[in-house]
Amino acid sequence: MEDILNMTALELGSAIKRGEISSPEAVARVFDAIETKDKAINAYITLNRDQALERAAVVQQKIERDELTSPLAGVPVAIKDNICTKGIKTTCASKILGDFTPPYSATVTQKLETAGMVICGKLNMDEFAMGSTNETSYYGPVKNPFDTSRVSGGSSGGAAAAVAAREAVCALGSDTGGSIRQPASYCGVTGLKPTYGAVSRYGLIAYASSLDQIGPVARDVADCAAILGIICGHDPADSTSLDISHPDYTAVLDGGVRGMKIGLPRECFEAGLDSDVADRVRAAADTLRGAGAVVEEVSLPLLDYVVPTYCIIASAEASSNLSCFDGIKYGMRSRNYDGLTDLYNATRSEGFGDEVKKRILLGTFVLSSGYYDAYYRRALQVKALIKNHFDAIFEKYDLIVCPTSPTTAPRLGESLSDPLKMYLSDIFTASANIAGLPGLSVPCGFDRVGLPVGMQIIGQRLGEVKVLSAGYAYQQLTSYHKTAPGGDLR
Amino acid sequence: MRTAKEIVEYVAELSRIKLDEDETEKMIKELGEVIEYMDILQGLDTEGVEPMSHVFPITNVMREDEVTPSFEREDILRNAPERTDETLVVPKTIE
Repeated sequence: MEDILNMTALELGSAIKRGEISSPEAVARVFDAIETKDKAINAYITLNRDQALERAAVVQQKIERDELTSPLAGVPVAIKDNICTKGIKTTCASKILGDFTPPYSATVTQKLETAGMVICGKLNMDEFAMGSTNETSYYGPVKNPFDTSRVSGGSSGGAAAAVAAREAVCALGSDTGGSIRQPASYCGVTGLKPTYGAVSRYGLIAYASSLDQIGPVARDVADCAAILGIICGHDPADSTSLDISHPDYTAVLDGGVRGMKIGLPRECFEAGLDSDVADRVRAAADTLRGAGAVVEEVSLPLLDYVVPTYCIIASAEASSNLSCFDGIKYGMRSRNYDGLTDLYNATRSEGFGDEVKKRILLGTFVLSSGYYDAYYRRALQVKALIKNHFDAIFEKYDLIVCPTSPTTAPRLGESLSDPLKMYLSDIFTASANIAGLPGLSVPCGFDRVGLPVGMQIIGQRLGEVKVLSAGYAYQQLTSYHKTAPGGDLR
Repeated sequence: MRTAKEIVEYVAELSRIKLDEDETEKMIKELGEVIEYMDILQGLDTEGVEPMSHVFPITNVMREDEVTPSFEREDILRNAPERTDETLVVPKTIE
């Protein structure tokens, strides 16, 4: 049998169902891989070995008794460390939550467990998901499995790198401005940010509540669809989760792209785009054209306003969301303080890293009296303009295709010296968060030094079926998503 | 008009974050760059555009006021940085 670490989650799930391998064996195999590989990658913050093996044994019995019918029952999964897991430490890659063990599980965590998936560990990330390179983690950067002198991308860097390095079969990440799609692109794996509200955020430690969305990071589009099918749906505990019925995402994947109208935004291919990235994404668009899609140039005139709008909205919400970390109810408390106010000051100053402090200050600034109208209110107006513009495009087109990020993975350290450049790595992804759209990143080739390039497919709100179908059709015609680090890059 | 230093010190105080001299200087520089970059939005005509916080309409969710079990006290206190058997401990707040 093929090494299970090279299998997709769905392949592994059916091998378990057929009795070719047991869930405890699969889980043990994942921990072996973590042991050999993770020193070099640093994708995990917390491992859940004993609990996972115990859980897998229980799940295995239920599978054998036909009590678990999900196609992913018994499959190991890893979870980004800002998603609460009852009884397993959840740190947000921050010193301030270093000892936090949630007394409850996020809705997505419960849903994975109900389906019979086995949680192996918690994945490294940028601190509080603030960063695009995974270098702001208190637990050290995640290295790119294709070149360990490069970043994994972020903020779900641990998720993308673990899946790419074959030390996780699949994972959950979260995406506020590109945090699933951009690292998926840098690490050569597939990642989906669902429509805002498609997945419950209950138990996701909030960064920017109006933009955050949980989604899958996996080997291919079919796995992403299967995981989305498990985690989606309305949740009374998250009033922004949509009360709608979701289709069976796995069953509707093979619709193909014949006759679909795809817009290729010309502004995405202008200045600042790496030429290899441009070439690969254009070639990928040609592949979709060859499969019967109608690909035409469209315009995104507001592209230059996307990152500033994102920065303002995200930092404003963060400054409010992160006020709960005060050293009183949970998390660390400074030892050196004089009175209550100073306890807050000292705890937050010692507990948060530089990037988090910067975004809290920025958010407090844009919300402060005298600046609110010029920054925060204006950003919400531009958000409306951006949303309306996408709505107009989606009246004529089914999908938008563009690069996931303007470059491939930068070297470690490069972005910290140029924060604006790091923010700009989200320029093609953040608009999907601002407008609430689903966005998928699929591997579409390699640059001149062998680093993965990602193509992003964006759809209208709740247009997951079209987005996933196009990605699935592309992966039927290509094999970039199957290339492991160190493999044949042709 | 307040200076950049005064603004940074003011928002740091509002944010309950203490910055030393070096950190203040660094924040003045880095926040200044980001804010200058965000100023590109000032050039866009947003006259008459209604600010939008959520892409889907959000309404208040009402529910019956029913008593349901909550967390066990011990499960919540387990994460507290300082506690007694039954409650959180905080510094004296009223003299």
